[in-house]
Amino acid sequence: MASTIRVRATSNGDITEVQALIQHPMDSGFVKDSKGELIPAHFIQELKFEYNGKDVFVADWGPAVSKDPYVKFSFKGAKKGDDLKISWVDNKGASDTTTAKIS
Amino acid sequence: MKARSAILFGSALAALVVGALASTHVTAADKVDPAADIKAFQNFFFQKFPNVKHEDFANGPYSMNEDMKRQWQEKEEFPPYEFALDAGKEMFATPFKNGKTYADCFPDGGIGIRQNYPYFDEKEGKVVTLELALNRCREANGEAPYSYVKDEMASLTAYMAYTSRGKLMDIKIPDDPRALAAFENGKRYFYTRRGQMNFSCASCHVQSPGERIRAEVLAPALGILNAMPIYRSEWSSMGTTSRRFVTCNSQTRAVPLEPQSDEYRDVEYFLSYVANGLPISGPGARP
Amino acid sequence: MTTITGPLATRRLILQGAASVALIGLGNLPFAAQPARAAANDKYPEEAFKQKSEADAIKALYGKTAEPSDKVKLDAPEIAENGGVVPIAVTTTLDKVTSISFFVAENPNALAASYKIPDGTVPSVSNRLKMAKTTNVVAIVEADGKLYSATKEVKVTVGGCGG
Repeated sequence: MASTIRVRATSNGDITEVQALIQHPMDSGFVKDSKGELIPAHFIQELKFEYNGKDVFVADWGPAVSKDPYVKFSFKGAKKGDDLKISWVDNKGASDTTTAKIS
Repeated sequence: MKARSAILFGSALAALVVGALASTHVTAADKVDPAADIKAFQNFFFQKFPNVKHEDFANGPYSMNEDMKRQWQEKEEFPPYEFALDAGKEMFATPFKNGKTYADCFPDGGIGIRQNYPYFDEKEGKVVTLELALNRCREANGEAPYSYVKDEMASLTAYMAYTSRGKLMDIKIPDDPRALAAFENGKRYFYTRRGQMNFSCASCHVQSPGERIRAEVLAPALGILNAMPIYRSEWSSMGTTSRRFVTCNSQTRAVPLEPQSDEYRDVEYFLSYVANGLPISGPGARP
Repeated sequence: MTTITGPLATRRLILQGAASVALIGLGNLPFAAQPARAAANDKYPEEAFKQKSEADAIKALYGKTAEPSDKVKLDAPEIAENGGVVPIAVTTTLDKVTSISFFVAENPNALAASYKIPDGTVPSVSNRLKMAKTTNVVAIVEADGKLYSATKEVKVTVGGCGG
């Protein structure tokens, strides 16, 4: 299975810009399916970015984050070629992790 | 009230323009003339939207509205079709059970050829679209065909469009009466009103691009297929050219045709030909 | 696997939510120890996500109120092309930022996303949110223990909560 996480981390001087897109339905629990039944809420609750064993960015998400969620942020202190670890956990206990190289 | 009369006035005006176009066409009605049609079609859009760069017509409604364009540019930083594109690339490289691949079915191994589709197949005497060619490739290699409207088909065409980005649409109409007839048939379908709303494709996409229909900003017909397949936020998923045609028909409360029916193939032929010279921009992201 | 949601689990979560609302009520009494609810701690802020109004959600998340600040720059479209995918970004020139949160006032639950900003991370976030209808988007920046906000109305013509 391909990873659900796509990451672009680019270093520019001292600042590393990180963009991530994650494949996830982010069902809000307010939408009905074609049979008129409510689709239960199913969404990522926590998304974490770790560099050098330390959290550099932590997202707490509710169901109002869009399907296939996207986030962009920047942090200081990393270099090209370093690893960035990304992981998420959803409200049903599913999770995924990946490691991206900073370019 | 004011808005309504403006809309009515707008469509009356557009009807006049179309009428004028039609009447100039009548003088040459006995001869199908794609070269004259493409000129008239493109000039109509270029004059209606003098501030839109020509190649920007391949970006649909985003070429006509600044606020939307910014949202689109933000989306394109990490586009929602990314997953379909990756899946398509992988599928394209994965051999069938018999060991062959999609690349074996297409010129240049299928890379960078989107701009040549659809083409008129003189052996078959019909228009062949990329989606059709993909499913024929599958069937010729003993694989079941895919649904024409989304999922795998959208992923495959997304990848093939991506490898062709920036290439100019280059549809040929051979000197064959059947090819000219297909072009003319597609054009007729495009301009014919149908359904409960009595809309033609042109009612929205020629007369009113850039205007809102209810909540949505209408895309210009010029270059509309250059962006296919598209991820539509409204669908929360990818859709092919077939899906676009089917939803256009059902949204105007007309009866959609079967995907890849002769008429849809002919419309695609017409619409692609009149976009010749505009770049392939697919896969696209749309509201 | 992923089968922890069921009628029972759901009901228990609701009860939990009700209990924390009661706690917040108590927290307003001068002598009650205010539970630490700063977004900087590690736990998922379950109860803040359950609040309906933006004011209640801010209270549940931070335990205090925010003041508007022109140092918080909220970037959002005038008209969302689709309520399901509204690009929203925040940057700030404030120092010592520890968290940034986004609220959509008239969504069923106002809190949409909350981001922890550790030392060394630039206080700037872009994300894409769902909006049920035309309403205010509020960004809160927590800096040096205080809350600062920026608000912008986004018009939504195609809602993000339906088909």
